[in-house]
Order: sequence, then structure tokens, then C-alpha cells
Amino acid sequence: MWRSVSIAVLTVALATGVGTITVGQKNILASAQEKPATTEVKIDNFSFAPAALTVPVGTTITWTNRDDIPHTVVSTDDPKTFKSTVRDTDEKFSFTFSKAGTYPYYCSIHPKMTGKVIVQ
Amino acid sequence: MVGKLKDEILYDHNHDGIDRRGFLKCMAWAGTGALCVMSGGVLKSYSFSRLPELSSKDTLGELSFVQISDSHMGFNKPANPDVAGTLKAAVDKINALSAVPEFMLHTGDISHLSIPEEFDTVDQILKGAKPKDVFYVPGEHDVLNDDGKQFLERYGRGSKGAGWYSFDKKGAHFIGLVNVMNLKAGGLGTLGHEQLEWLEDDLKHLKHSTPIVVFAHIPLWSVYPEWGWGTEDSAQALAYLKKFGSVTVLNGHIHQVMQKVEGNVTFHTACSTAFPQPQPGKADSPGPMKVPAEQLKSVLGITDVNYVQGQHALAVVDSTLA
Repeated sequence: MWRSVSIAVLTVALATGVGTITVGQKNILASAQEKPATTEVKIDNFSFAPAALTVPVGTTITWTNRDDIPHTVVSTDDPKTFKSTVRDTDEKFSFTFSKAGTYPYYCSIHPKMTGKVIVQ
Repeated sequence: MVGKLKDEILYDHNHDGIDRRGFLKCMAWAGTGALCVMSGGVLKSYSFSRLPELSSKDTLGELSFVQISDSHMGFNKPANPDVAGTLKAAVDKINALSAVPEFMLHTGDISHLSIPEEFDTVDQILKGAKPKDVFYVPGEHDVLNDDGKQFLERYGRGSKGAGWYSFDKKGAHFIGLVNVMNLKAGGLGTLGHEQLEWLEDDLKHLKHSTPIVVFAHIPLWSVYPEWGWGTEDSAQALAYLKKFGSVTVLNGHIHQVMQKVEGNVTFHTACSTAFPQPQPGKADSPGPMKVPAEQLKSVLGITDVNYVQGQHALAVVDSTLA
């Protein structure tokens, strides 16, 4: 999990020219503060926020469950492009979108919870 | 038909209306349940909050059993940091009944995260109950990460498909259905074609006078689709049940008691033994409702159902654990 977030930060840093490419935990953490907010999706009150997100190819999105109840993050396609295991309170799931396209997803435990990632 | 049911929800199971006190009273953090007594072909269901009002005559029938639900073992948030304790409290209530119920039904969400130790804990606690047989159907929390494999291994011996089955007890026909698998984005609970076909076939050989008890986790009626509290294809299942004179549907999932009668079918949802959830639409989301610790046991209960042959009424009464 932590490794994928770190890779995402480096990817964003490379793409935007922000930060220095120093392989050291301190710098990686520092640049985490600067990454665009759009790579984060919060799960609150049984909903994904933002529910729709448009990002460039290569972006890693991290979902954080802030509910008292576990959720999942699962793409609606078959076979699944991404499928988290169950994420309890404060647990995260990250996925890197390497191909352009539209990716609808949902919580497979509470299927009324839906979201969408558009990768350009 | 299902859409129409929503407007007919009855909240008043303690004769104290829909007020907060009444609502909390029938919630279930501390091990909810119902005592079901079948007498004369009709099932009566008593929430644990009503047990003190019952005479021994009320609990007599050819068959009595208990429904418990939504134990969520492993849940440890402020809404109830001791779900094991509240489940034990439910077991104590069951053991205090004057007549030992024949068996128990657990209508799902046994565990919170499908972790083996969570199931083990529930199994251990339920071993302390006087009724020795427990019939389970899975909740969505019991089939996380492995498409229900573990649930089937533990509880689904002899069942079909994802864990559905039926059995007969003292002239009544019991059907356990699974509506928590393969949930589709934006959708509700689902029974699926294979299970519906099995149900139609299962009912074929029965006399129309046979009392039927159907139990499943997510309500088989449209309680509040906006929160996913309903089952997409339940109308088909209910159509198969229309020809029977006495049908009782027992569900969990919504952590509160609701009842409605639709023709010959009585629907009943049970409290949770773990934590209460808000009334439909009365909160931003169906997340756990926090109540003060001193109220906790008063909002949890179990449901007893009595089956009384010869009459045509069904009453559900919930009992709190206080």
C-alpha cells in the first residue's frame, strides 16, 4: 500500500515537474503534501467524494474509507480492472490508471455507492 | 408490487408509536432477536422487549424458534465497542425463555469483516444457547473477499448454490435464501435466476395450507431502496409464495424492527445484536447510530416467533436486552 502511494507521488512529481527526484523517505513525504487533491477519493457517509474524477494517464488514485463501516472499491467491468479487498475504517486502496478510458466503480458491499474515474 | 410496500411500513411494534424512545427500544446493539411461536399453522413473532408481557400460553405452540441477526462480530467502533457482550446478552435472554426454542435462525452479518476468528467467536457464544441447532443465511459482511467460500464451508453444508436451502419442522416449511451475492453497481440485494428457479421447484410439492417461513439477510420487500434496503428480484420470489395461506418473511440487515402485512405475507425485520441504524432517510447515510452507553442494552433485542396453528394472524414482538 505505502509503496504504491510513494510510486504515485513520484509519478505525479515527474509529470508535473514538481519536487526533486531524491530517493529518500523524507523527500517523498514532503512532496506528498504537494500532490494534486484530485488523486484522493474520500469515502464518507456511504459515498465517494468526488464521485467523478478526471485524471491524466499514469495517475494513481487513493481511496480512504472514513466511515465506521467497511467498504470496497471495485470496477464494474468484467474482468475487473481493479478490485480492492474490504477496507475498514481509515484503510486505503490505491490503483494506478495506465490506460485512457472511463472506469465506473462501486462498493460491492453497498452497491448504491458508485463513482467514476475518467482517464485522459 | 414491491414499490407499493414502501408506503406501508409499520413502525409500531411496542405500541408506543414511532417516537425516539420507541425506536431505540427496539434497536439491537446488544444482541437482537425474535421469539417465533407457531401454533395452529400461524406464526407469531415476539420481540424480546415484549417477553415480560407474555403469558406462558402465548409461548406455547407446536413449534417455537428464535431469530437473531447482524451480530457483526469484530465491530469495535463507539456505536458498540462490545458486540460480543451484547450477543451474549441475547443468548442469556434466549436461555431465560420458559420453553426452550427448537432452534435458532441467524439472518446474516454474523461477522463484520469475514475474519475466521469473528465467526469462531460467534460460534463459541452461540454454543452457550440452549437451542442447539442454528440455521444461517449470509449477510454481505460474511462473504467479503472470497465470494462466500468460507461461509459455505462453515455453515452451508448441504445447501445449494451460494447457500440456499429449505427444511421442514413440525409441519412448517422453512426456506433460507441468499441475496447478498453478485451485487450490481447501483442495485439492491439479488436472488438471481438460479435461486429463483430452485425456489419455484422447492415450493411445487407443498400443500397450499403449509405454513411457510422464508428468511434472508436483506429485506425481501422494498424498505428503502435509496439505501439499498430491498431486493431487486424479490417480486418473483413473492409471486411463487402467493398461493400459500400463511407466509412469514424474516430479514435482518437494517438493524431495526419493521413489519408489514401484504395479503397472506407478513414481513418482519429484526434488530441487530451489534448496533442500531437510523430510520430510512432520517440520516445522511445508513451508518451505525451512536446512543449513550447506558441506553445500549435497551436498544438491542431478540425476536421470538410463535407458530399457532388454526389462526391467521402473525405478531412480531421485539425484546430489548436491558
